[in-house]
Amino acid sequence: MSILIDRNTRVMTQGITGKTGQFHTKMGKEYANGKHCYVAGVTPKKGGQSFEGIPIFETVREAKEKTGATVSVIYVPPAYAAAAIDEAVDAGLELVICITEGIPVRDMIRARYRMQGKKTMLVGPNCPGVITPDEIKIGIMPGHIHKKGPVGVVSRSGTLTYEAVGQLMEQGLGQSTCVGIGGDPVNGLKHVDVLKLFNDDPRTEAVVMVGEIGGTNEEEAARWVKANMRKPVVGFIAGVTAPPGKRMGHAGAIISGGTGTAAEKLEVMEACGIKVTRNPAEMGKLLKSVLR
Amino acid sequence: MKIHEYQGKEILRKYGVATPRGIPCFSVDEAVEVARKLGGRTWVVKAQIHAGGRGKGGGVKLAKSIDEVKSHAGAILGMQLKTHQTGPGGQKVRRLLIEEGADIRKELYVGMVVDRGSQRVVLMASSEGGVDIEAVAATSPERIHRVTIDPVTGLTDADAGDVARRIGIPQRALPLARDLLKGLYRAFDETDASLAEVNPLIVTGDERVIALDAKLNFDDNALFRHPEIVALRDLDEEDPAEIEASRFDLSYISLDGDIGCLVNGAGLAMATMDIIKLYGGSPANFLDVGGGASTEKVTEAFKIMLRNPHLKAILVNIFGGIMKCDVIAEGVVTAARQVSLKVPLVVRLEGTNVDLGKKILAESGLPIISASNMADAAQKVVAAANAR
Repeated sequence: MSILIDRNTRVMTQGITGKTGQFHTKMGKEYANGKHCYVAGVTPKKGGQSFEGIPIFETVREAKEKTGATVSVIYVPPAYAAAAIDEAVDAGLELVICITEGIPVRDMIRARYRMQGKKTMLVGPNCPGVITPDEIKIGIMPGHIHKKGPVGVVSRSGTLTYEAVGQLMEQGLGQSTCVGIGGDPVNGLKHVDVLKLFNDDPRTEAVVMVGEIGGTNEEEAARWVKANMRKPVVGFIAGVTAPPGKRMGHAGAIISGGTGTAAEKLEVMEACGIKVTRNPAEMGKLLKSVLR
Repeated sequence: MKIHEYQGKEILRKYGVATPRGIPCFSVDEAVEVARKLGGRTWVVKAQIHAGGRGKGGGVKLAKSIDEVKSHAGAILGMQLKTHQTGPGGQKVRRLLIEEGADIRKELYVGMVVDRGSQRVVLMASSEGGVDIEAVAATSPERIHRVTIDPVTGLTDADAGDVARRIGIPQRALPLARDLLKGLYRAFDETDASLAEVNPLIVTGDERVIALDAKLNFDDNALFRHPEIVALRDLDEEDPAEIEASRFDLSYISLDGDIGCLVNGAGLAMATMDIIKLYGGSPANFLDVGGGASTEKVTEAFKIMLRNPHLKAILVNIFGGIMKCDVIAEGVVTAARQVSLKVPLVVRLEGTNVDLGKKILAESGLPIISASNMADAAQKVVAAANAR
């Protein structure tokens, strides 16, 4: 088991003819069961062509009907990415993973508004994607650093997730699924949504939750953990040293109005029974210490 | 992106938001001329810098004669205005806004931001205007009223009127206030703003409702569709190092420490700053070279860090994913040679092609201190900085 995606997932790439879409579709296809998983691409006006043997369609709906794909990954440029999300939602896909960085917040507000009451789940945007090690990789993370195992990982950042995975591997711990939820202020799945999925996944035994300054996502997740989580969770929050009012790379990573500080988040997480570390080099060790 | 108050007011006026009559200027002579042109008996001389808290810092003065306009303009123009948002050095005042004086009966607050929880724009309004709204939020949160705005219908008459009543707009002025709030939302929405603040919003003696101040910030991700906003950018208000970095698509922020950091990814870059602090050091900057760093980008990143006279050591922390460690290593070696590096350099590489990357560093003959993990890297760079 795993969450969100596994070896049986069938995925289409939206924006498959762009440089990024091509590169990462190829990498995904080469990873584990990828050659069975990547079944379609979508680029308007390029329908009928193919890439690496993957057929390209005009629309998401057509790709879904012809190939049975229920998941999409988006590499469409920022100005058009929200429309790509809309299209995937309208086609009734189960899961949309949006990698694109730099989508205007206003576009995401409207895209999220349109998703209300729909069944589609969104991961991202501005995220590394989702990987279920040794089964399927959807996104831009390096596949080879991962291994199948008992630890779930959820994070707002890309390379810091790889860092957490690297430390787990040093402890001999593989991962059930790793989910990068992205660094934007308006996005799809939050920490809490992913934790719920991990809680119900029999193969996940413990979770690493990596957060950042800005917003109150991590606090909400912590309160949910206290009330509901049956598995140990460890956490780290990046940005203890970040000055207020400055955007630290991610649009979402900004301390505003005295809220969203790392200190606040760490305090709430600890009060909710999450073991936290202030040392980003000790995420792996900390997880090992709570594993039963 | 930030803009000046006078620019914000120009935008708001286009959306029907009433503001005092005012004209920006760049010299004392101009200030006098502008005051004469505006007429009236009182004027307000306002320093135009991007930071808030200008009044408290002495950057906003009331003038009751043309002579006073002249003396205030002379005092404020060119001053290093220090506020809680400028940092200890302050910000040099290069522009003024001269406005007609207003007959203030009531000072209120209205603001708009994107609320992550509801994933909508939220209108915040309070009867406590003209003061630090964050202090109000902390001490009397019940005085702040919120309206979550539906992105399709926009701010409704009912919601705008209701919030106007709650913050104490008098009955007769309610239609004006309602239209002003709706205009403010349309301005926010159509310009892709990330923050809009009017503090204070005033009710005048004759019951008009006027935006006495205007602060607008914009979503950097949306600037591609707003050339008219980009044209308002004032480079004098930005950190030269940050401007230089943005030319090379590097995300850089100056901090006040002495250890330079070059990292790939925003989260890992923040974590790297954190761990330096944890081991007793102090980061000189936040620097994310992004996912596709080339040799050229890494070289530019080094140059920008080295311009900081306080720099004592550099830590390069890379977790190679798509970006391969050998490419980064080549970039680091080339950069170190090109800039004839004089400070200690600690490099930690992990991920794709890590062994090849380490080999390139070792064979370069450069005095690079190699680190095996983040903790090791932080300890080594702090020790190197302390030794200088």
